[in-house]
Amino acid sequence: MAGHGPKTHFKNPAVRWLDSRLPIVSMMNDQAIVFPTPKNLNYMWTFGAILTFMLVTMIVTGITLAMHYAANTAIAFDQVEKIMRDVNFGWLLRYIHAVGASMFFFAVYMHIARGLYYGSYKAPREVLWMLGVIILILMMATAFMGYVLPWGQMSGWGATVITNLFSAIPLVGPSITEWLWGGFAVDNATLNRFFALHYLLPFVIAGVVILHIWALHVAGNNNPTGVSVKSSKDTVPFSPYLTIKDGFAIVIFMILYAWFVFYVPNYLGHPDNYIQFNPLVTPAHIVPEWYLLPFYAMLRAIPDKLGGVIVMFASLLILLVIPWLDTSRVRSARYRPMFKIAFWIWVVTCIALGYLGAMPAEGIYVILARIFTLYYFGFFLILMPVLGIIETPKPLPNSIADDVLAKSKKKHADVHTGSGAGTPEGAAAAPKKD
Amino acid sequence: MATTETNDGHGEAHGETRRDFLYIATGAVAAVGIGSIAWPFIDQMNPDAASLALASTSVDISALGEGESMTVMWRGKPVFIRKRTPTEVEEAKEVPLSELRDTDARNPNIGTGEATDANRAVQGREDLLVMIGVCTHLGCIPLGQAGDFDGWFCPCHGSHYDTAGRIRRGPAPENLAIPPYSFPDESTLVVG
Repeated sequence: MAGHGPKTHFKNPAVRWLDSRLPIVSMMNDQAIVFPTPKNLNYMWTFGAILTFMLVTMIVTGITLAMHYAANTAIAFDQVEKIMRDVNFGWLLRYIHAVGASMFFFAVYMHIARGLYYGSYKAPREVLWMLGVIILILMMATAFMGYVLPWGQMSGWGATVITNLFSAIPLVGPSITEWLWGGFAVDNATLNRFFALHYLLPFVIAGVVILHIWALHVAGNNNPTGVSVKSSKDTVPFSPYLTIKDGFAIVIFMILYAWFVFYVPNYLGHPDNYIQFNPLVTPAHIVPEWYLLPFYAMLRAIPDKLGGVIVMFASLLILLVIPWLDTSRVRSARYRPMFKIAFWIWVVTCIALGYLGAMPAEGIYVILARIFTLYYFGFFLILMPVLGIIETPKPLPNSIADDVLAKSKKKHADVHTGSGAGTPEGAAAAPKKD
Repeated sequence: MATTETNDGHGEAHGETRRDFLYIATGAVAAVGIGSIAWPFIDQMNPDAASLALASTSVDISALGEGESMTVMWRGKPVFIRKRTPTEVEEAKEVPLSELRDTDARNPNIGTGEATDANRAVQGREDLLVMIGVCTHLGCIPLGQAGDFDGWFCPCHGSHYDTAGRIRRGPAPENLAIPPYSFPDESTLVVG
C-alpha cells in the first residue's frame, strides 16, 4: 500500500505531524476515500462491504458471548441456556451470532457467485481470488467449530462425523482423528480446543481479509463489463459514491438479518441442538447447517469413504485453480452467452445439492446427488476450459465509460418515447462528475 | 427547514440547505441506531439474573455467643456478624463524633445518620454488629479484633477500624459499610 512516504498534504498540523511519521492518514485517504472505483459497479459489488460488516459483527458478538460461556462438557450446554435466560441481552447476542453465521455465508456465496459470473478470478486478480478461497475455507472451519460449542446433539454428532472424515486417510487416519479429539471420542478435550480455535480463527480470517483487500487495491475492482479501467473517465472516487452505496446495501441487509434475529431466530438451526449431547444416542437425521449442505451432499454421493472425503475437499480446493482452468480472455459472462448458461446451471446445481444434502441418503436422492456432483466438477474441469475455446463472445465495449454512456443514451431514448413524464436528468448527470 | 417553504413553492430548498438537512437527519438516525445497538453489548457485562438472585443470604445466629464473630457470604463478599462484649460497646460509645474520620453511619437500615454506636449497631440490639467485611480503601478483608482500636485492622495498607467498624486511622476513607438486613425472627438474620 503506501510505504513511499506521505503524498497528500494536510492542513491540520497534527495530522501532518503524524502522517510524516506514519503515513496512515495518507493511506486511508488513498485507499478508502479517493480510491478510483469503476463507475458501473452494481449492487452485487456491495457484498464485500457487507462481509466486512459481518466479520466485525461476529467478532464483537463472539467476544461478548465468550465472556459468559465455559468450554467444559459438564456445563457448556447449561452455560448457553444461562446466556439465553440470565445474561442481560444474552438472547440477543446469541441470536445475532447464530443467525449471523447464516447471513455471513449467504453474503459470501453471493460474493463468490458474483466473482464467478463477472470473471473476477481472472488475471490480474488470481491471488485476490485465491485469498478469498482461503477465507471461505477458514470460515467453514470456524463455523463448524462454533456449532460444536453449545454442546447439543447436533454439536456432538456433527463434530463426530466431521472429525471422522480424517479417519478415511490411509494408514495415519485413525491417529489423526484421535489427535484431533485429544481422546478416543468427541469429549471435553475436543470441546476445549474447538473453543480455543473458534476464538482464534476469526482473527486469522481478519488477517487474510486485509491481504484480500490489499490485493484488491493493487488490481482495482473488476466491474460488470469485465473491461479494465482505462482512464479516469471510467471511475469515481470510493468516497462518497461507494461508501454511501455500500452503506445503503448494509442497511438493507441488516433489515433481512434483523427479521431472522427477531422473528425466526431458530429457523435456520436444528431443534435437536437444544438437547444436550448424548454420546450414546445419535439423532435420526444428522445434517450440517444449510451452508455446508452442498458439500455434505457431495460427500454422501460417493459410495466410498476415502473417495467421498476427497470429492468433498476437492469441491473447495478446485476453486483455487479456476483462474487457470478458464481459457476465455473475456471476463464478464455478460458477453459470454454459453458460459452464462453454464454458470446458471451451476448455480442451480449448488442449490440442488444443498437440498439433497438435507434429504436422507437413499434411493433417488443419491442418484441425483451424483448427477449434480458430476456437473459441479464438470463445470470447472470441462466447461471452463472448453467454452473459452469454442464460444464466440459478444463484442465488448471500448471502455466502462462507453458502456455507461450507451446505457444512459438508451434510457434517455426510452424516456422520450415513453409517457414523457419525468426529466431524463440521470442521463445528463451520470457522466458529469468525472 | 423553515427556509424550505419560502424557497420556490415546490417544497424544494436551495440544494445546500436540503442536503444539509438530509446529512444531519441521516447522521442523527445513525447515531441513535449505533447507541441503541451499543447498549446490549455494554449491559451484558452487568450482573446477570443469576447473580442478582443471590442477593439475599439467610443466617441462623442463635448459636452466636458474646465476643464471638461469624462471617457469611453475601453477593460474593464476606459479611461480619459480631456479638460484641460490653467492653467493646462501651469503648465505641465513648468516642466523641469529633474524633471520627467519617461521621456518616453508612447504615442503609436507618437511612442517613451520624456515626454513633447506636446508629452502627443493629437497632434494639446494641451488642450486635453486622457489616460488610471489605476495607473501604481498596477492598481487602480486614482482620478482626486487631489494630490500635480493638476493632478491625486491614493488613493491606494499614487501615484501623474501631469496635463499631468506624475508620479511625489509615488510608481508608469510610466506615465499614453496613448491608441492608432484617430479622424475620429472633434467631434469623437475612442479609440483603
